[in-house]
This record gives sequence, C-alpha cells and structure tokens, in this order.
Amino acid sequence: MSNERSYTLLERLGNGLVKENPIFKLALSMCPAVAMTNSVRNGFLLGLAVLFVQVASNVTVSILRRGIHERIRIPAYIIIIATWVSVSDMGLAAYAPGFYKEIALYVKLIVVFAIIISRLEVFASRNPILPSLYDGLGMGLGFMFGLMLVGCFREFLGAGTLWGFEILPFKPFFFWSLPPAGFFAIGLIMALFIWLERKFNAWRAKR
Amino acid sequence: MAEKLWRVTMSPHLRDGTSTSSIMWTVFCALLPQLGLSAWVFGPRVLLLAGVSIGSALLAEWAVRKAMGRDNTVTDGSAALTGLLLAYVLPPGVPLDLPFWGAVFSVCIAKQLFGGLGFNFFNPALMGRAFLAVGFPVAMTTAWIMPQFPGFLSSLAAPDAVATATPLYVLKHAGLAEFLREFGNSRGWAALILGFRPGCIGETSPVLLLLGGGWLLYKRIITWHVPASMLAAVALLAWVFGPEGWFTGPVLPHLFSGGLFLGAFFMATDYVTSPSRPRAKLIFGAGCGALTMLIRLKGGYPEGVCYAILLMNCLSPVLDDWIRPRRFAPPLQCEPGKKP
Repeated sequence: MSNERSYTLLERLGNGLVKENPIFKLALSMCPAVAMTNSVRNGFLLGLAVLFVQVASNVTVSILRRGIHERIRIPAYIIIIATWVSVSDMGLAAYAPGFYKEIALYVKLIVVFAIIISRLEVFASRNPILPSLYDGLGMGLGFMFGLMLVGCFREFLGAGTLWGFEILPFKPFFFWSLPPAGFFAIGLIMALFIWLERKFNAWRAKR
Repeated sequence: MAEKLWRVTMSPHLRDGTSTSSIMWTVFCALLPQLGLSAWVFGPRVLLLAGVSIGSALLAEWAVRKAMGRDNTVTDGSAALTGLLLAYVLPPGVPLDLPFWGAVFSVCIAKQLFGGLGFNFFNPALMGRAFLAVGFPVAMTTAWIMPQFPGFLSSLAAPDAVATATPLYVLKHAGLAEFLREFGNSRGWAALILGFRPGCIGETSPVLLLLGGGWLLYKRIITWHVPASMLAAVALLAWVFGPEGWFTGPVLPHLFSGGLFLGAFFMATDYVTSPSRPRAKLIFGAGCGALTMLIRLKGGYPEGVCYAILLMNCLSPVLDDWIRPRRFAPPLQCEPGKKP
C-alpha cells in the first residue's frame, strides 16, 4: 500500500503548487476562491487557515488510517476536520482577534471545503505520516498561492491597490471588485496557468 | 466537357443568394433608421457611441480570431451587428469607454470563447449589456439624456413636464398616475410611439423598430412567431396583473415604453440563440415576455427585456429538443441505432 513511490517534500510542494494546484487544476473549493479574493490580504488570511487545517487533518488521518473502518471513513474525516477547524477558530479568536474578525465566517466554513476532504481521501488515508505532512503543506500552499494570485489580479484592477497599499491613484475597473468578476478572473488565470505550464513542459521536453 | 455535364453535388440544388453576411447586413440596415432618429433626438454623440461600439467589436473580432489562430471572420458582419446592437442597449449619455469594454466582452468572451458565430448560446450584445450593468452600474442607470422635441410636440418640452427618467422608471417608482400625468395626453402618446422620450439609444421608437422588423419579416429573415408571442405575453400579463387589481393593468405603457420592440424583433429572433422550430419559437417568445413582465413588476430593475431574453436563451436547445416535428415515415420497427 505505501511506498510504491517515494514522496519527497520538494516533489509534494511542486505537486500542490503547480501540477495539481487546488484552484487552477483540480478546480476544488471554488466558492471561497470567488468570495475571498477581492483583495490579496483576504486571500492570504484564508489560505493560512486552510494550510493549518489541511496539514493537521492530513497528519491525523494518516496516523489513524489503520483504525478508521472503510465504511465510516467519510464521517470520521469530517469529525477530524471539524476538530481542527474548531481548534483554529478558537485559537484565532483567542490569540489574534484582529485577524479573526476579518475571516471569522470563512474559518468556520473550512469544514466543508472540498479540497481538504479530497486530499484526506486521495492521499492521507493511504500514505504514511511524513508524506501526508508534505502533501498537506503542498496543497495548503498551492491553495494560498491560487487565492493570492487571483486576489492580486482583482485587487489591482478593481481598486488600484495591492495589500491595501495604493499603487494607482485611481480605480481602473470597479467591475473586478464585484463577486461575479471572481469567476472571470479565475477562468482567465486558469487558462493562462495551463497554457504557461504546457509551454514550459514542451520547452523542457525539447532540452 | 464531361466535367461540365456530370457535375454531381449534394442537395440543396436550388439556391438563392442568401448568405450569413447578407442576412447580417440586412438586419444592420433595418436598424439604421432608429439610429438616425436617436442622433437627431439625443444629439450627434449617439453616432460617436455607435461608431466606437462597432469599431471595437470589429477590432476585437479580428484580434481574438488572430490570437486563436482561426480564420478571419470580420467581414461576415456579425461583429458589426453585435457592435450596433450593443450601442442600441446603452443609455445615450454614457462615457465613451463603456461601449469599448462592452464590445470587447461581447465579442471575446460571450462569442469567441464559446466557439464563434453559431456556437454562442447567449446573445452577445445582451451579454455585453449585462456585463456593463454589473460593472458600471451608475453610468448604466443614470446617463439618460433629455430628448429634443420637434415643433409639433413642443409643449412637452417644458422642463417640469418630462423628468429625465425613462418612462418605465417613472412607471415603476412613481406609479401609473405620475406616468399618465407626464405621458397621458395625446402629445405624450405621440412622443412615446414616435420615439421622443428618454431611453436607451435603440429602444425609443416603436414605429421605426416595427418598420425595420416588418421589413425583416417581408424578407423572410425572421418569422412572426417570436415577436408576436413575446408582445402578446407582455400585453396579457400587463393587463392581468394591474396595480389596482386583476385585469386592470395598463397595457400600452408596458408595450411602448421600454426596450420591448427592440428585444422582440432584433434580439430574441437571433438565429443562434433562439429555437428553430415554430412551436418552440412560440414558447420561447412567450417565456421572454413573461420573464420581462416578472422583472418589470416584481424585480429590482425597471426594465427586464435584457435578462428575460438571456434567461430564455439558456432554454432554447431544450425547447428544440422537447418539440420534435412529427414523423412522416411509418413508425420505426426497431430501436434506433440497431440494424433490423
């Protein structure tokens, strides 16, 4: 079952960031990706919370993978995710109330993010602890990277700022700050992302 | 010699000169009288807006086909028509960059990303309008221009007689009594029907649009099903669901004061995005009319033609599938796809 392939940290990071990027390749958890990307900062904060929950749940499921019965695995995963979401929810509320105020609603919603349970099902339930940790890191960072990229695009075009700092003295396109623009932004960046990756692979194959 | 005698071709063998581009340019010409009226009523700025819109639609079509490595389709007239129709659904006072962005969105995203002419399942011009209504909400709902009145309607031109809000806006937010106070006399009705009222560039004159639509009907470019059922549905629902009770509603204000004629004759009849069978067309038109009235009476917007047609566009493949023509041949003896 395990160790058919050896997973290294670097390979897992590359996989999460580019090869199976949760937003641009797997197209999972698109609701938060549309809702929370009107600025870079929002994307970063939500990405951070997801990173923590993903890594912690991956490791927990990996430890318990022999003890979870096949037929009740989904409820078991949900309970594990909910536990870690509660931990991050209460931890943020206790130690970083400023951050918490901004992303409270979405932190509670992390329980139902498709990306987390899909990684538990696909990867952590079949692999030892260390690769699962790496996979959680890769996926969490890939999700954060996707959110921040879309956030950069939309915040710059919609408000003329980046991370709250003013770059342009005017607002080029109010449209990009609005929720429907999230779909267009993700679609356009997804197309560009896949196109660039294909170009890169073709270039590498030629060398 | 043999080549000439025995040239074998597929049917159809009898053809007339109709082509995609000739249809597009005919529709384009059928729309032009309304543009002339708008230029007179709202000032030459209208021509500038239409020019920007058409020019950027053509440019976007050329650029996106070039970037995708496909054939050049600028000359088939569909991009020019999209540009003109997009200008028609804009208020006359919008800044000049709005038609540019709207046309780029219409052509690049609503049409070419779906595969180009014939594959877009939403009307591109209306998608452009929906995009602008979301992205530039202030300009799209307030940039109305006070119309200039010709001499025989001059008594209307007193500033307190006609506010610079579209008639439908008055009807929705101030009520029927206020609408009748502004437009209720014979001069007001003449202004509404001839096209001397605030409104989008291409929606003001039911008479000229009816003329253009009638010409298209005569040339058999469109059929009567969609416009007739759409107008009938709007009239019926306007009458039934009146403001003061059942069967008391004002029919004529709803027929003449919005973009209904433009939508019914030139937008909902688009070949690509409407069903192709007569009964399906009747249902399609009735659905457009019903949704229009639903938005006008219960929705947040004063006008609903644009979204009604876009919503029914999604249904047109399904309508064509539901309403199959009757089979002339005897019934099938076996399952389709199997050999007997």
